[in-house]
Amino acid sequence: MKKKVDPSPYLLPFVGLFFALFVWTLLSATVAKDLPSPYRTWTESKHYILHPFFKDGEMNQGLGRLAFYSLVRVVKGYALALLIGTPLGFLIGLSKKTSQMFDPLIQVLRPISPLAWLPLGLVIFQKSEPAALFTLALCAMWPTVLNTAVGVRSINPDFLNVGRVLKLSRWQMFRKIIVPASMPYVFIGWRLSLGIAWLVIVAAEMLTGSPGIGGFLWQEYNALVYSHILMSILTIGLIGFILDRLMGLLEKRFRTT
Amino acid sequence: MTFLELKNVGKSFSSANGRRAVLSGVNIGLAEGEFVAVVGYSGAGKTTLVSLIAGLDAPDEGDIRLEGRPVTGPGPDRGVVFQNYSLLPWMTVFENVFLAVEAVAPRLSRAEKIDRTRHFINMVKLESASNKKPHELSGGMRQRVAVARGLAMKPRVFLLDEPFSALDALTRATLQDELLRLWEENRQTVFMITNDVDEAILLADRILPLTKGPGATVGPAIPVDIPRPRSRRGLSLLPGYQRAKKRIVDFLLSGVPPADNGPGAGSEGGVQ
Ligand SMILES: Nc1ncnc2c1ncn2[C@@H]1O[C@H](COP(=O)(O)OP(=O)(O)OP(=O)(O)O)[C@@H](O)[C@H]1O
Ligand SMILES: [Mg+2]
Repeated sequence: MKKKVDPSPYLLPFVGLFFALFVWTLLSATVAKDLPSPYRTWTESKHYILHPFFKDGEMNQGLGRLAFYSLVRVVKGYALALLIGTPLGFLIGLSKKTSQMFDPLIQVLRPISPLAWLPLGLVIFQKSEPAALFTLALCAMWPTVLNTAVGVRSINPDFLNVGRVLKLSRWQMFRKIIVPASMPYVFIGWRLSLGIAWLVIVAAEMLTGSPGIGGFLWQEYNALVYSHILMSILTIGLIGFILDRLMGLLEKRFRTT
Repeated sequence: MTFLELKNVGKSFSSANGRRAVLSGVNIGLAEGEFVAVVGYSGAGKTTLVSLIAGLDAPDEGDIRLEGRPVTGPGPDRGVVFQNYSLLPWMTVFENVFLAVEAVAPRLSRAEKIDRTRHFINMVKLESASNKKPHELSGGMRQRVAVARGLAMKPRVFLLDEPFSALDALTRATLQDELLRLWEENRQTVFMITNDVDEAILLADRILPLTKGPGATVGPAIPVDIPRPRSRRGLSLLPGYQRAKKRIVDFLLSGVPPADNGPGAGSEGGVQ
């Protein structure tokens, strides 16, 4: 018997896409007259997409450049978040005392919006760039902290018993057993943190007017070029999606079964 | 002096409806170089007993001594093969065994550590799987790794918690034969838990039946009078086999100590 490949998993996403484009067109033609249609968005933005690396001044640059600025900023802030969040997560997971010390604090800090942290960052650092990184790290680190702590707490006690029977030193126990055993959870944290970092960077750029995809979006809003807003939004979504997929791949490669 | 000694050991765990005694009044004595097997029902407290001897858990009462020294915590002088193997899944076979060698013999040079690791991996016939991760191995191979890791520690006592119970009958028989061969070559002190009476008779010098819990205790030691080297073939025809089997089964079924009709029997699990 011939094996039939079900085409719907490949086709249905396009159906969804066409549906969204249809709704978009409909909206722009009826209720939201200021909203450019998909076609107008494309014609007005294609210069930025087809020449992604042109540069006509600080804010008028190709999408590739804009995205690159944002990504560099994200990488810096995200690295900071992991550098603080991962050790903190291990500390909280390993010691009941640290957990009792920091848990309430984390619960209070975690729901604070980046919009609230940013002014504080500006007050502390007086410059937009470090303020943006500060905000990014503060918002993005919590999933890493919490998932790492959960990962450490849910280590199979048998693995720890192996270390105990071998009388591993504390450091050996940490390096050879605790870290690798909690890695699957740590990765979940890292992945969620990256998602948040990307959310926050756009907001931070909008508020500080830094060159980047978020800064560009805000500038085009002020300049009333709505098609560029739509282009930026789509780019932001696409990059976020790609980042998440990359983390997913990385996670798979390092998964310990 | 008794090599490994448990005196009046008791252990209980708190549960939803109060404290529940798992073990009570357990007296066991092992001589050096002896192979002792404990047989008991599922849930009787066999793993708990191993944890206590391993020092992973502390008894509520009584005391445990190895070569006269009280057991206060885990240590590499008591090598454990856990019921579920407990191989570290992120390490290869080689790394799992190497970790043990590194931990118990930090003074050896790197080359010597590698040699020792290889030696024990070869001993359980796993040289070809050396670079595989546990999830790529069959149950029997995993169990071999766990045995190699335990042996590589060169422990004073080897504690085996139902080492073969998760395996199919054929693999199980093969591994029993291998363990028998290894033990007859090295004469290590072994304390093995099992729920398989035939396995216990094939391997052990003495068998300690564990009564049904709660508050399980060890019944009188049942000696296995079968000369060594032993072999599986024709084992069940030997009078020594039949006597031991009858006494164990009688005990486990009735829960009453059997009549004292064998040489050296009757003392509460003590060394003869
Ligand atoms: N840490 C613990 N906390 C509470 N109860 C426990 C704990 N460890 C074991 N028990 C209880 O003690 C009893 C004996 O457990 P144990 O694991 O020693 O049995 P076992 O004889 O090894 O069983 P099996 O044949 O299934 O391996 C069980 O009823 C179990 O629920
Ligand atoms: Mg058990």
